[in-house]
Amino acid sequence: MLAQLRELYKYRELLLMIVVRDIKVRYKQSVMGLLWAILMPVLIVGAGILVRYAYAIAAHKPLDLADIVSVATKSVPWAFLVASIRFSTQSLIYNPNLVTKVYFPKEIFPIAAVLSQLFDMFIAGTVLAILLFVLKVGLGVQVLWVLPLLGILVLLAIGIGLLVSAGSLFYRDVKYIVEAFLTFAIFFTPVFYEVAMLGSRGKWLLLNPAAPILEGFSSIMRGRSPNLYWIGYSLVFSLVTTLFAYMLFKKVEPLFAESI
Amino acid sequence: MSDIAVAMHHVSKKFRKGELHTSLRDLIPAITRKLVGKGPVDSVDSREFWALQDISFEIPKGEAFGIVGANGAGKSTMLKLISRIMNPTSGSIEINGRLSALIEVSAGFHPDLTGRENIYLNGTILGMNRKEIAAKFDQIVDFSGLSEFLDTPVKRYSSGMYARLGFSVAAHVNPDVMIVDEVLSVGDFVFQKKCVERMKEVINSGATVLFVSHNLKTIADFCNRCLLVERGKMRMIGTPTEVIRTYMGTSRVSVIHDNSPVSVSNVRVRNAQGETMRFTSGEKVWVDVDVFARQACKKLAVVIYITDESYYGVFDTSTERLGHGNFNLEPGETFNCSFELRLNLASGAFRLQVFVYRYDNETEYDRWESGSCIYVETAVDVRGSANCFPKVVRHEVLPAQSALEFAQQTPLKDLPVAAAEEDV
Repeated sequence: MLAQLRELYKYRELLLMIVVRDIKVRYKQSVMGLLWAILMPVLIVGAGILVRYAYAIAAHKPLDLADIVSVATKSVPWAFLVASIRFSTQSLIYNPNLVTKVYFPKEIFPIAAVLSQLFDMFIAGTVLAILLFVLKVGLGVQVLWVLPLLGILVLLAIGIGLLVSAGSLFYRDVKYIVEAFLTFAIFFTPVFYEVAMLGSRGKWLLLNPAAPILEGFSSIMRGRSPNLYWIGYSLVFSLVTTLFAYMLFKKVEPLFAESI
Repeated sequence: MSDIAVAMHHVSKKFRKGELHTSLRDLIPAITRKLVGKGPVDSVDSREFWALQDISFEIPKGEAFGIVGANGAGKSTMLKLISRIMNPTSGSIEINGRLSALIEVSAGFHPDLTGRENIYLNGTILGMNRKEIAAKFDQIVDFSGLSEFLDTPVKRYSSGMYARLGFSVAAHVNPDVMIVDEVLSVGDFVFQKKCVERMKEVINSGATVLFVSHNLKTIADFCNRCLLVERGKMRMIGTPTEVIRTYMGTSRVSVIHDNSPVSVSNVRVRNAQGETMRFTSGEKVWVDVDVFARQACKKLAVVIYITDESYYGVFDTSTERLGHGNFNLEPGETFNCSFELRLNLASGAFRLQVFVYRYDNETEYDRWESGSCIYVETAVDVRGSANCFPKVVRHEVLPAQSALEFAQQTPLKDLPVAAAEEDV
């Protein structure tokens, strides 16, 4: 395991090259260019505002700016997670030449897929920060929580990415399962809503490892610190998933060339 | 560190034939069958085959080692095992030093990226770091001859340009062990020459090189030692000359369609002295062909086709085209014919193919191909495919004269053409 990680480290330049390649390729020959990076979050925010608006009407309460800010803030990391999983699913099967013809640690592909999405998230995050500034949303020191939360999210994305990339290499069904899963995952994740809105049973939703992180973002926006227990749960979950996924990935990696 | 660059210890590799379970739909029944332990169990033996069996050899540092064998003998599998793309089913492989595989030189290219971006990308994939690539960038570009197109996306490149850029990057990785799989045949003649020279440089720099090629001449030119693989097994290791001789001897006959209604059952090339492999240019040879029919077939003709060593056609004819009409066969019947040829070929190696063909519906029933070449020797030094039996009939230096005199006085039409060309 250590030797494998050391080898991955040895290939860090290649990882960087693949990340740069993926980013470059995404924006080549496209008119909108970098605007694509904020398209998904904007759509999610739009849908979120609609949902929150309907909720406000049903509850006979006015729509709060804080709610919209919370949805907007959560949409960015959520878009990142969804895109990471989607792109890492395809990362191995879309590079058959490199899988069958050249040797290097193949986990580079799913990891690069996640990291290249990180770039998009960075753009969307910058736009969001500007918006928050314009809307004069005051933020305290809790904003520093953003970094560890993102760290856990990236770890989780890599863990899932490793699993689904290898899975879809062997069984193309995985690609469709992932697609279907991602389509409906937003309902099971507190993006449009907060877990508290569901009352005491809402706690079960926090078992979804992405939920505490998103809730954490929401808390930050409301000037509170995230719930440490649940964040700890997410961290442990992500660590274990990634570790397990990595070991599994390395175990089946030698079969890639003959199974793709 | 030891003096061995690459060592294979009893390496075997098993593959599965047919489709793998690429869908969960197939997997679930397979698993249930395994769990329940009844039902039609996949007969494992028939679905598996050994691509390589018990391969052991050592390549000392600095050696150029060739691997030859027919298609499907396991050469590429061997290279993939050595380059760690696949793992052996059993046995172990030892590699000392940095390895670089030129299995598919443009594998790392992304069509949307420019030539420049792809040089960096592919270079990194092949194991160079940014600094190394930057240092060698000009050399690489120079070698490829594509400096004008560096900022064009490679998807707009011609296939030749694509391959040239790929080879240029790969050839500038300075590995300890280099694996070369059939990549010396990219680009045009000039570029190929450059590739060959570059490979010689790499070998002279002390790198260990593993060659796989169907071009036996390349193997013979480059390699110190050679391995012959036959259906996944080691046949022999020896000097390139020995190995190539054995290789060509073994693959003499290959009937392609095993159960076609008619097949070429026998082919023999001979001259008046009964020699079957080496001939003198211009002599008469006979090609005897037997065609055996399993089922009744009508309107058949026998085609003979001579190509040069790289399968470039130089001559073909058939019984029908030579005015003998076509023939019909009943099951069990054999057709026998003999072509007399005057072998006006230049010196070199040629291949003979024999077809059973039906012209009116353009059906090829069977093809026989000699695995080995026939060798033609000429008395004089002529190059190319054909021997036109040249002679120089005039060969002289004319006394000095001015250009004006030359134009006025040299009656070209009176000179034999050969002499005129030499003088101008």
